[in-house]
Order: sequence, then structure tokens, then C-alpha cells
Amino acid sequence: MSALLLNSDPVVERWNGHKTATLVFALTLVLLLTAGIGGSLIPESTYAVHFDQTNLPPSPAHPFGTDWLGRDMGFRALKGLSISIRIGLFASIVSSLIALLMGIGAAVLGGWFDRFVLWLVDLMQGMPHLIFMIFIAILVGRGIPGVMIGVAATHWVGLCRIVRAETIHLRTSPYVIASRQMGRSKWFIATRHYIPYIVPQTLVATVLMFPHAILHESGLTFLGFGIPMELPAIGVILSESMRYLSSGYWWLAVFPGLLLLGLVLTIDRCGNSLSTLISPSTAQK
Amino acid sequence: MTASSPATAPEKPGTTGSEPQRNPLGRWSGIASYILWQILKCISLIVAVSALTFFLAKISPIDPVAAYFGSESQASPEQQAALAAKWGLDKPALVQFGLWWRNLLHGDLGTSLMLERPVVTVIRDGLANSSLLLFSAWLISGVIGAFLGVVAGKNEGKWIDRIISGVCYVFAAIPTFWFGMVMLLLFAVWLGWFPIGLSVPIGSTLGDASLGERIHHAALPALTLSLLGISTITMQTRTRLINERHCDYALFATSRGETPWQFIWRHGLRNALMPFVTLQFGSISEIIGGSVLAESVFSYAGLGAITASAGVKGDLPLLIGITLISATLVFLGNLVANLLYPIIDPRIKEKWS
Repeated sequence: MSALLLNSDPVVERWNGHKTATLVFALTLVLLLTAGIGGSLIPESTYAVHFDQTNLPPSPAHPFGTDWLGRDMGFRALKGLSISIRIGLFASIVSSLIALLMGIGAAVLGGWFDRFVLWLVDLMQGMPHLIFMIFIAILVGRGIPGVMIGVAATHWVGLCRIVRAETIHLRTSPYVIASRQMGRSKWFIATRHYIPYIVPQTLVATVLMFPHAILHESGLTFLGFGIPMELPAIGVILSESMRYLSSGYWWLAVFPGLLLLGLVLTIDRCGNSLSTLISPSTAQK
Repeated sequence: MTASSPATAPEKPGTTGSEPQRNPLGRWSGIASYILWQILKCISLIVAVSALTFFLAKISPIDPVAAYFGSESQASPEQQAALAAKWGLDKPALVQFGLWWRNLLHGDLGTSLMLERPVVTVIRDGLANSSLLLFSAWLISGVIGAFLGVVAGKNEGKWIDRIISGVCYVFAAIPTFWFGMVMLLLFAVWLGWFPIGLSVPIGSTLGDASLGERIHHAALPALTLSLLGISTITMQTRTRLINERHCDYALFATSRGETPWQFIWRHGLRNALMPFVTLQFGSISEIIGGSVLAESVFSYAGLGAITASAGVKGDLPLLIGITLISATLVFLGNLVANLLYPIIDPRIKEKWS
């Protein structure tokens, strides 16, 4: 971040430097915001039950077709997408905060806490995530809180390792050593030196964690442990469509899944372009 | 996944490795202590998983006695208290945990509430059904992933590399269960090449079904399950090969007249083996987790499907058992990878001897 601010190049030149990344980032961000906010504004009437138009294949009036209750699959899937975005966002932000606290804490405090965090990381990495999430979802009680806690509790691990390694690396860098020898407290060094360096990377990691959170959320929902059946989440839509696969109603499964895939790829693009913009080594390209 | 990079693999084997001179066994003491340390770490993690699942279940609002009797039962409070006493629920949590471990060492993980059979036999039968699926998915992802990774890495920047990288990029983002549904639609519903679900033909048991029939039924789920592994292994192998090909020694090898394939055979594969082993043995976790989804989509009667229904029914003893067993499998996989590192990379061996 500071490298970007200290850059004395004229604005125009910097813009030219990473035009594509900025463009991709802006585009994907707008797309995600539209899907997230726009999707949540879709009224329920758009996918109301119409018994006179059930199981319609895709047509100009219903691009994604309709289901066995005559509900428009396009609007249902878009609504589901916005639910996924919100839950995924929440879970990955919480996960990142856990990772940041644990990672910096392990590096700053060291000793038994460091060993404990490393051991916890090994432990969480070893558990098959989906099985552990099912476990948590049942203990918390099924529904949205269960998914959020389950996803947040399993996704901090990888980032925590990175944050810890980066902080340990920082601890021996000259400016931190100088600061320590001038008598600054651990708290001062952690908040003024470590966090400003690590937060931008954590931001990128949060965006890149987002697709994983969404995929796990939809998987958990698909199995019936996540978002309740009344909401049109993608996992719910896909698990409903399972019953109609052998009847040949392919549009019930194919389009919502493609939409989810598109969302995951868009977020990934967004994260990667953000990483290019933020990282000092590639920001100048 | 990538977090357990090979760089962190040789965890410090305590202080024992640093004083080999005093040991008459010489260099072997270093390796022995490395192996011992890895095994101890593996055991400590298994104990930790059991503690975590046990105490999570303990603090959960689910009452095992009420769950056992079900919501419509007429059991009197005395009967409930008697059962609680029989199960040792009146004792402190730590004592209960000790009792649970004593039973575990005797091969007793309790009784499944849903199936009313011992958890151990339920898991054993489930694993027997799933083993073909899990193992072939694991093997497919490793073989295809390594092959595609080498092809893409050798042809960096050419069209074949672009196709492989692009496909892997998309595949890494595909939800497993959705891919399974699309496979089901394409190859089972439309083309009719494969059966729609189930692990054996209708009406037959695992014993009657021939190996051919079992493979026929496992083909689509195994392919679905290996998908995620293929893309991560391909991408990692490709990156590693490309990195090696841009090293100074690679330039020297080329100037000496080595062809690209010779270089890959002599140097590239050896170097790509490290991340490959990490990923391949690390993917056990993903495959076991994914099997819950894949088996649900294909109604494949294995451990994954049992996990899903145990979750739906709130069968805590069975779920704890499954979590423990699957975590143990994952840790054993990591242990094997950690024990393979010194064989693959002699530098690790030298460091500790």
C-alpha cells in the first residue's frame, strides 16, 4: 500500500501501468455489486407460483425455464445468487479476521501460543471440511447461522499460516528492529507496523477465499444442512432439481449451476486483479 | 491446500536431531527421530480431533438421552436418569472423555441411533462400499493431474498449455455436486452409457455384484470426485516445471544439448515430485469431504451417503465416529507424505542426520 502512495509517477502514467487490472477489477466489482444488491431487491412476485406454466423449457419469456410449480427459474437463481454472496461475504470476512488475529498473535506473542496456533492449523487442515461443517451445522442447529459459523470456522486456516509467516518475516526487518530498540511496545509495533503491511494482503486473500466459502455454503445447503428450503438459494434449487433430472428437465440444474460457476469465476478475477493492483511488485507493471 | 507447502514439511524434530554425534547409531538417529516425531505428531492430532468433536458435542444443545428416546417417547424421568447413569452422563465431562477413549481402544465407538448398529461396523461397511470410489478417484486425479501438468509445463505458452490451464482454471471453480449432476444428465440420462446412481445394480448386494458392474457404477462418481484434484495437481505441477525450466541449470542443460523431454525426465519430474506428493496425499481430505456430495448425487451407498443421512437424523455417535475415522485417514495420508519427503529430497535427510 505504502509503495503505491509513495509512487511519484504522474497519475496518467500509473493508470497506463496497470490498465487491464484496474479495468477488470472495476468491471467485476460492479458486476458483483449488481448481483449482490440487485438480487436482494428482486421481489418475490417475480418468481411466484403459476400452475398454468409448469416445467417450461427455456424461452424468451423465461430464459432459465420454469419449475414444477411454474416459478421463473431465472429470478429464483438470481435471488439465490444474492443470498450466496451475502453469506459468503460474511463468512469470509469473519474467517479473515480470525486468521489475522491468530496469525499476528502467534507471531507477536510467540511461545506456547504460537505452538498452539500452529497445532490448531494442522488440526483444522486435517479434518475433511465438509464433514466438520456438517458437524457444526447440526450442533448449532441448521439454518443460516449454522452455515455461517461452519464456513467461518474452517476457512481461516490457510490465511492464518500466511499471516503468521509474513509477520515473522517482518519481525526481523530493519525498521521493526529499529522501532523495537527505540522502546516501542509490542502493541504499537503490531498496530502501526504489522497491520498496515498485512491488511492489504489479507484483503486479497479474503476476496480469494470468497469463492470457496460460497462453494462450501452451496454444498452444505445442497445436502440439506444449510439455508432453509423456503429460500431460493442455489443449493436449494439444485437439490430440488435432483428429483427432476431423470425426467429430462435439464434447465433446472444446468442454468443455476452455470450462474454459480460464473459468480465464482468473477470473484476470482476480481481478487486476482486486486492482488495485481495492491502488490508492490506487480503494481508498477 | 497449498499452505502445507514442502518448505514447511520437515517440521523441527525437537532437539534430538541436533545432537547426533553423541549417538552411536550415527546418521540413522536423525532419520529415526524424524520418523518418530512425525508419528507422535500424527497421534497427537488424532487425539485432538477426538477431543474437539467430543467436547463440541458435549456443549451442544443436543441431549443424547432425549435423542435416544426420540421426541414421542413416554420414558419416565427415572428411566431417563437410569440411562444417563448407564452411559456415564452423570460423571464429569473429562471422566466421560476418558471412558469414551477406553471404549475406543477396545474398538467400541458406541451405537448409531439411526441404524441401531455399532458405529464401528457401520463405518467399516460404508468404507468397504466407498473404497473403490475413493481410491479410484484419488488415483485418477493423481495420474491425470501429473500427466496434464507435465504436458502443459513442457509446452508453456503454446495452445495446448493455454487449453489445459484454461480448463483447469474453470474446473477448479466448478461445484463438485453440480458437475456430478451434469455428468448424470449427459452420460446417464441422455446417452444412457452409465446407470443413474446406486453403487450396484438394483436388487443385488455388494457381494453379488461383479467387479465390472461395480466399476460401471463407480465410473461417474469417481470422475466427479477426481475433478478438483486434477485441476490443483495439474496447475501445481505445471508451475513447478516452468520454474525449473527457467533456472540457470536448465539453461546449462539445454546448452549441453539436452532436449526438453530429457530435461523433464532427468530434472523436472524429480523437482515436481515434492509438491505432487504434498498435494496428492493432502487431497485425501478433499476426496473424503467431496464423497459426501458425490455419493448423495449418485445415490451411491457408501460412507459419504451415510454421513449425509447421519447428519439429517442428528445421529451424533455415528457422526463423531465418521469425523474421527476420516480425520485419521487424512492424518495418516499426511504422515505418509512426511515420511516420503526425506526419500524424495535427500537434502531433508542430510539436514537431520
